[in-house]
Amino acid sequence: MKFGNYMILEFPSKSCNEAFARSAVACFAAQMDPTLEELGDIRTAVSEAVTNCIVHAYPDKLGTITLRCRILKDNVLDIVIKDKGVGIPDVEQARRPSFTTGGAERSGMGFTIMESFMTSLEITSAEGRGTSVHMRRKLQRRQ
Amino acid sequence: MHFTSFQEGDKLTIALTGEIDHHCAKAYIQVIAAKIETYMPEICVLDFRDVTFVDSSGIAVVINALRSMSQIEGKLLLTGISPQPMRVFRASGLDKLVEIREAVS
Repeated sequence: MKFGNYMILEFPSKSCNEAFARSAVACFAAQMDPTLEELGDIRTAVSEAVTNCIVHAYPDKLGTITLRCRILKDNVLDIVIKDKGVGIPDVEQARRPSFTTGGAERSGMGFTIMESFMTSLEITSAEGRGTSVHMRRKLQRRQ
Repeated sequence: MHFTSFQEGDKLTIALTGEIDHHCAKAYIQVIAAKIETYMPEICVLDFRDVTFVDSSGIAVVINALRSMSQIEGKLLLTGISPQPMRVFRASGLDKLVEIREAVS
């Protein structure tokens, strides 16, 4: 049974781990028989969340990022990406399109993309304690 | 990541490859800006046909290229966009700012 299967990963906030994290989640999700579009959406959302940890949670030091994936009933992939970094003072503001405290190589579209590519997105953050991004994607069952 | 570019008249084509994320976005931004500054084209084409993945950092790469081209009053065009990058560009509204031609499948 795929239902109930899970995996947990822990890695340092090095930018080379962005590609690793999205590929690992895509490999895990493969057992759910996703379409290419679903897989692309999941990879993109994971890439955004992990990049946020690297750029914003730990701006001037390396920290730990924890990624947990679970398969829930009805073919739902549940992903939690957690850091113990600086936290987000105003989550509503951070979710707004084009708001960024990042540099020229950031676009401020990270949360907008996570929101539009996933079925649900929940952000919990405490200043000085870290942020947790919880997202779910329901995959279509292929006939 | 590697770049090939060629010039035909006033048109400069820069072919991008691989996955464009935050890890390598800065390098893409710098290389594209340097090429535009060197060749001063009227039209700059970013060829995405060998790009396999783009996240929001890819949007920043395109916005920076757009800025460089506006400074010299030139035009930016994106070609060969496959479905995953296209979904990212559409979700962000980038398709309203830049002319985008999708890959022919």
